[in-house]
Amino acid sequence: MIAFDGVTKKFPDGTVAVDSLSLEAPSGKITVLVGPSGCGKTTSLRMINRMIRPTSGTITLDGKDTGRMKESELRRGIGYVIQHAGLFPHRTVLDNVSTVPRLLGMDKTETRKRSMELLERVGLDPAFAKRYPAQLSGGQQQRVGVARALAADPPVMLMDEPFSAVDPVVREQLQDQFLRLQGDLGKTIIFVTHDIDEAIKLGDQVTVLKVGGHLAQMAAPAYLLAHPVDDFVADFVGRDRGYRALSFQATPRLPLAAERTIAMGESAEGVDADWVLVVDDQNHPLGWVEPLRARGAIRTEMLHRGGTVARASGPLRGALDSALSSPSRRGVIVDDSGSLVGTVKAHEVLTAIEQADRPELADPRKPGAPAA
Amino acid sequence: MISGLIDWLTDSANWSGSDGVVARTVEHLWYSGISLFVACLIAIPLGLAIGHTGRGRFFVVNLAGAARAIPSLGLLYVMVLWLFPKLVGDSAFLVPSLIVLIVLAIPPLMAGAYAGVEGVDPAARDAAKGMGMTGGQVLAKVEVPNALPLIFSGFRSATLQVIATATLAAVAGTGGLGRFLIDGQKVRDYPQMASGALLVAVLALVVDLLLAVVQRYAVSPGLTGRGSGRPAEGGGVRRSSRRSNTPLDVEIVSSQRTVDSQHT
Ligand SMILES: Nc1ncnc2c1ncn2[C@@H]1O[C@H](COP(=O)(O)OP(=O)(O)OP(=O)(O)O)[C@@H](O)[C@H]1O
Ligand SMILES: [Mg+2]
Repeated sequence: MIAFDGVTKKFPDGTVAVDSLSLEAPSGKITVLVGPSGCGKTTSLRMINRMIRPTSGTITLDGKDTGRMKESELRRGIGYVIQHAGLFPHRTVLDNVSTVPRLLGMDKTETRKRSMELLERVGLDPAFAKRYPAQLSGGQQQRVGVARALAADPPVMLMDEPFSAVDPVVREQLQDQFLRLQGDLGKTIIFVTHDIDEAIKLGDQVTVLKVGGHLAQMAAPAYLLAHPVDDFVADFVGRDRGYRALSFQATPRLPLAAERTIAMGESAEGVDADWVLVVDDQNHPLGWVEPLRARGAIRTEMLHRGGTVARASGPLRGALDSALSSPSRRGVIVDDSGSLVGTVKAHEVLTAIEQADRPELADPRKPGAPAA
Repeated sequence: MISGLIDWLTDSANWSGSDGVVARTVEHLWYSGISLFVACLIAIPLGLAIGHTGRGRFFVVNLAGAARAIPSLGLLYVMVLWLFPKLVGDSAFLVPSLIVLIVLAIPPLMAGAYAGVEGVDPAARDAAKGMGMTGGQVLAKVEVPNALPLIFSGFRSATLQVIATATLAAVAGTGGLGRFLIDGQKVRDYPQMASGALLVAVLALVVDLLLAVVQRYAVSPGLTGRGSGRPAEGGGVRRSSRRSNTPLDVEIVSSQRTVDSQHT
């Protein structure tokens, strides 16, 4: 666990970047620091590995005061992904990733093997290992930065906007990959971002900071969306928060209707319905067709693909979106293997939402008011 | 004139013996090498330290400027007058010349080392520190390898300058290729003088070429864009364009020009 206790950072020019900040980042969880530009996120993060020394207050790592540890030793035990990757231009990708293990004197061939594994885990082709950073795209560089921080298997990771340099699609991929990786590794992670959506998606716990380095609110993502403490947090969390909160609510049992389906290649003519669902031979939904317009055997290019598909075990947001986006207004629900289980209408999802409790209100263990 | 030059250079008598071209070239290289060696010992650690700590930048900049204003020949006379009575034997002629060459080589060497370290991507330096490298490790594992291209350009410019100026050593009564210029002038043997000048120029070029080859193998391909795949657009280009704005770069480039104008 990482704990801030009344930590303040005042720079020599008088700027107070962080103001008596107290917070706890539990072990094995992702704690996200989020807030507008200049609110002190990077400063807070860098005080943990003492790249910046706090003016007052203490930061403890598993109960030990970091101010009393030897700086280089403290840092070797903490993976640090800096804001702009900061790869070493003169070293190959593989040598970049191997830096900390080599620094710690670990075996060379062993390190090499592990580094190659890590590259693969962050989604980089092993062929990249021999390249130099200048030969990589921004997103690839950031992946190498993450792999490098993980290389010595540190229990704690500090990540400063590690996915900022990429387009939204790649960012989403990196985030998913990151969550999978964390699912396996269970590191204690402090993750800095200014993107509230990223914070909500990745955080087990989200800490919103205000300019001046004040803690505005610290809570689980669902709680934050449902109960922003003040106007600042409400504004920052943004619009659509009622809808986005559905991402955290498991789908209850919905009244699913059986759906008439046809197979690809069959003819839809004569089917007595406005829309009919086309499935493949494993009962995976492919798309909708209008029997009145589709002549002859159904071919791929005739499918209407606008509708989304929701998993029955997924969050409510998926089920509602599926119903709203479907051309037939019937949302397609599948099981975990992707096979069709039935369809649901929007008003039925809404009824389910109304009947469900707001679970975060019922759960007293979720963090509530700011700890300051 | 040209035919006189060719005659002189093709006369094998001029090449052998203790005052022949071969022996004089060896002497010339020996003076240059030892001066560069001593200058490196002084200038490179200093330049690295200033680049690493960021303290003393004004020192490098002022030194680079001041050094350009020193007339080498004037300095040589001062050194000879000052040191001659204090030294005995051959060293009385040699030491003043070597000191002039060392003084000449220090500014480009120091500027190269300093500018190289200071130009290292701050994010890379920050990452190195953040992963627990000590100051010395950051310098050795990150700053110096990344500074190598500029350290080399400082070294090559110092080498050109020293080889050209080592000609002056003959004025103080020592050997080296400068002898052909001085001795030729005494007897108005113009082919000998021209040959001497030409030999110095060729020697400087050959040495520079050798250093270029060494540089090619010493500097990481990640910095020069010679790695496989597409060329470096981040590292190399960004670094050099940022650096070309510093006064120190101007110093390195202009000192190369100085060399040309001195022996042509
Ligand atoms: N070395 C410094 N000297 C003076 N002020 C500083 C220094 N470093 C940061 N600051 C100031 O401290 C405040 C917080 O900076 P910090 O880098 O922590 O912001 P941030 O939340 O990470 O912002 P961003 O999202 O833009 O990265 C800013 O107002 C910044 O100008
Ligand atoms: Mg920042």
